[in-house]
Amino acid sequence: MQKLLAWIDDRFPLTKVWEEHLAKYYAPRNFNFWYYFGSLALLMLVMQIVTGIFLTMHYKPDTGLAFASVEYIMRDVDWGWLLRYMHSVGASFFFIVVYLHMFRALLYGSHRQPRELIWLVGMLIFVALMAESFMGYLLPWGNMSYWGAQVILSLFDAIPLVGPILAEWMRGDFVVSDATLNRFFAFHVIAVPLILAALVFVHIVALHKVGSNNPDGVEIKKKKGPDGIPLDGIPFHPYYTVKDIVGIVVFLMLFSAVIFFAPELWGWFLEPDNFVPANNLLTPPEIVPLWYFTPYYSILRANTYAFFGIEAKLWGVIFMGLAIVFFFFLPWLDRSPVKSIRYRGWMYKTALAIFVVAFLTLGYLGTQPAAGPNLIIAQVCTVLYFAFFVLMPWYTKIDKTEPVPERVTTK
Amino acid sequence: MSEEGVNPRRRRLLVITSGLGIVGAAFAATPFVLSMMPSARAKAAGAPVEVDISKLVPGQLLTVEWRGKPVWILRRTPEMLKSLSADTKVLADPKSEVTDQQPSYAQNEARSLKPEYLVLVGICTHLGCAPAQRLQAGAVSGLGDEWPGGFFCPCHGSTFDLAGRVYKNVPAPTNLVVPPYSYLTNTRIIIGVDQKGAA
Repeated sequence: MQKLLAWIDDRFPLTKVWEEHLAKYYAPRNFNFWYYFGSLALLMLVMQIVTGIFLTMHYKPDTGLAFASVEYIMRDVDWGWLLRYMHSVGASFFFIVVYLHMFRALLYGSHRQPRELIWLVGMLIFVALMAESFMGYLLPWGNMSYWGAQVILSLFDAIPLVGPILAEWMRGDFVVSDATLNRFFAFHVIAVPLILAALVFVHIVALHKVGSNNPDGVEIKKKKGPDGIPLDGIPFHPYYTVKDIVGIVVFLMLFSAVIFFAPELWGWFLEPDNFVPANNLLTPPEIVPLWYFTPYYSILRANTYAFFGIEAKLWGVIFMGLAIVFFFFLPWLDRSPVKSIRYRGWMYKTALAIFVVAFLTLGYLGTQPAAGPNLIIAQVCTVLYFAFFVLMPWYTKIDKTEPVPERVTTK
Repeated sequence: MSEEGVNPRRRRLLVITSGLGIVGAAFAATPFVLSMMPSARAKAAGAPVEVDISKLVPGQLLTVEWRGKPVWILRRTPEMLKSLSADTKVLADPKSEVTDQQPSYAQNEARSLKPEYLVLVGICTHLGCAPAQRLQAGAVSGLGDEWPGGFFCPCHGSTFDLAGRVYKNVPAPTNLVVPPYSYLTNTRIIIGVDQKGAA
């Protein structure tokens, strides 16, 4: 066995990789609950890829066959229902995990210097994930699939000059059609997953270069023992591999509960209108995206005014785009001398709380008709959403902070 | 990166070959990008559609499919036509001045070749939903007593009158689209072919 390992190590840095990234990768010893979601996101990526591969064996990307082939998977393929529900529920759980993973960064300043690149790559992963799920949602060719794609693709029509040609190019037709379904399938099963895998690889390489942040926002590499190992560091394996396995077990319990008892989650994970085949002459009474897009959908619909000579519809598209673009700039918008919320003052805490409430409210309103008081609340929340980012350089700078300890703390 | 010991001739050649490489890559990418445009079959499926309108009674609306989109043909009653000139102040573009939304021969109050027959693409100009028909005037349509009849988009609440003209202060920015069409005979129209003599 030793000889085999030596033989491999002469030809491939197996032991080196194992030590650098697991056995001798030192992570802060004070990780808490919020640090589960990175490994859970990786688990979900693997789960979606594996279930996706097996679904692809039975699914047919053809407007005449797609809807029936999904029903065929659900009824006639052995265990097909399980694969399909794991994939559809998995998509929603993936987003839950990713949103919590991002929120962790906002709590403890994980996006701050020197981890800006990890954050930027992570945001690219988030955008790729949104593209992946949007295209995946067309594949069952239900009526909500069809009209959701119709609405989102027609957003590109709003772009001046190139918009209509661009929308036609993306659809491959004058409306969402067989050509669109076929190419979404290609992007969903191979192009975007390849990009995602590459981005996740870069995300982790960049993380292991600078080392993980922690709930205190203290750089553990500043205090090293005589052996050169950070005093507050413990090897990722076995300490955090074991901790993450506990997280995975609890997570899988919740995941299974939804799969077995409420796979549609009362319309939140699979919408009722998607159990009707796509009909290009009949819109569902209310076009609603799945829950993980609804905050942005709300922002898209919130603006009803034309100003600066740009019509309301285009402003809506611009605001929706900006709502995501602002996230990319977070590491540079935050001017606080401390990273972790533990040592920040009331201003950042209040701002973050307002942002979370606005985000959740927008998410809920995105599932409701946009009229009357709903519309006004959505407009207010949109303003609050952007205020969190735009005012950040100001309130993080003047906010009172507490002294950060030299070493990490544990309760 | 230091400039020291860099042979200017080699640097120049490197710049030229890299530049040509980029141009070559752009040429090579072209067929891939263009392969995603609507195919010949998709364009052929966008062929004109002939419709027999002889059986339409006044007030009736017929939906046909053209290029995968719903196209409405509405035979308007005299009352419906009268409602078009009733109150144009509430409309965003009463004179159809946004020229992309209709062929020039439909740029009139009724937005049609013959006022009696309205031909419209039944897709909301906001985000592409299919507006519902609320053709009857008044409270019957559920849009208030003042409603003169028209179309109502359930997705985001845009309203249009009986010529597909958009109301003010709704999400949809422009009037509904009038497709190119022409009369073959008095009772047959063809959708997708412009009226002869019109641009």
